[in-house]
Amino acid sequence: MSMAPTLANWTDLFLHFASLSLLAVGGAITTAPDMHRYLVGEQGWLSEAQFTSSIALSQAAPGPNVLFVALLGWNVGLNAGGGPSAGWLAWALALLGVLVTLVAIMLPSSVLTYTATQWGHRNRELRAVRAFKAGMAPIVIALLIATGWLLSAAHNQPARDWPLWLLTAAAALLVWRTKIHLLWLIGAGAVLGALGLV
Amino acid sequence: MPAPANTLTPATDAAPNHPRSKTDLFMSFTWLALQGFGGVLAVVQRELVEKKRWMTREQFVEDWAVAQIMPGPNVVNLSMMIGGRYFGLPGALAALAGMLAAPLVIVLLLAALYGSVADSATAQGALRGMGAVAAGLITATGIKLIAALGKNAMGIGVCIALAVLTFVAIALLRWPLAWVLLGLGGAACLWAYRVLGQRPNGETP
Repeated sequence: MSMAPTLANWTDLFLHFASLSLLAVGGAITTAPDMHRYLVGEQGWLSEAQFTSSIALSQAAPGPNVLFVALLGWNVGLNAGGGPSAGWLAWALALLGVLVTLVAIMLPSSVLTYTATQWGHRNRELRAVRAFKAGMAPIVIALLIATGWLLSAAHNQPARDWPLWLLTAAAALLVWRTKIHLLWLIGAGAVLGALGLV
Repeated sequence: MPAPANTLTPATDAAPNHPRSKTDLFMSFTWLALQGFGGVLAVVQRELVEKKRWMTREQFVEDWAVAQIMPGPNVVNLSMMIGGRYFGLPGALAALAGMLAAPLVIVLLLAALYGSVADSATAQGALRGMGAVAAGLITATGIKLIAALGKNAMGIGVCIALAVLTFVAIALLRWPLAWVLLGLGGAACLWAYRVLGQRPNGETP
């Protein structure tokens, strides 16, 4: 389960992630199924467990979820260098993997977004630009609420999961009605979970 | 006729505050990103709209719509848009770097340490609890932003109907996001275009 660290393979990895970049409407996570197909299935550069733990770790860490892509690159490089026990070469390749995958996933979409939004800002009085913003506003607000719903619905056994749902509802209510710092809520969730209460 | 004191200025000029420098952008977005467990959006809304007041609630919804429709990570898109608006390309890059640099270091450290705690019930429980709170934060962010629809040119009734349809399509029917954005989103934009055309100078009510 590892990639031969040749220029051709690194280039292939870069181009694959760069092409996914422009398809990642709704966030890079929407292209995760294709990354799985490519890295685990087609190329065999990552194990199933490494793929899953990359996503889980990035969600546990602070920051944008797109960082799971960096962890995929990290593990591809680490495998290519012979694993964590193989010494500095493996760590160096892991960092190279981070650089390749993260730049590939960020560069095309960022260039497009920056160019398009600068144009939109210069032309913000155009009727089409204002219509786009007004029309999309109710849609994206509903998407936020739907995301919260979907995250909760992943835990779908009422008898076991009701404390989690209660915690979600309490957190939503506190954020909505009070000015409590969000880190307190995240910390409380971590403590309740670590104690096995939710 | 003298302009009334509370005349409706274009949304982009109404923010009471703005980033002071590219360093300010970088540090602000670093701090935002480091608070964002399980998604940064709730933190962005709280910090940029309610605390720093770099943008109004209405501007936030508008920019978020654009950030969502463009490819790439939504919150990173949003940070680049804000940075670019005040300081051009260097501002966009400062915001982007702030969003990614410190969290990247942390996630790599976590990956290097992961082996020792992966199977611990305590660690997994903590992740479960944090995930449940994160779901609540994102829901509350959506609820708070509903108020921004009050100034929408389409009128509050149409906005609520569109929001309910979107929620049903995504959360209950599980339709693909692209369909919903193109179908419902496209129809909403056409409707808004029509409504805006009926007003002289396109003044929002």
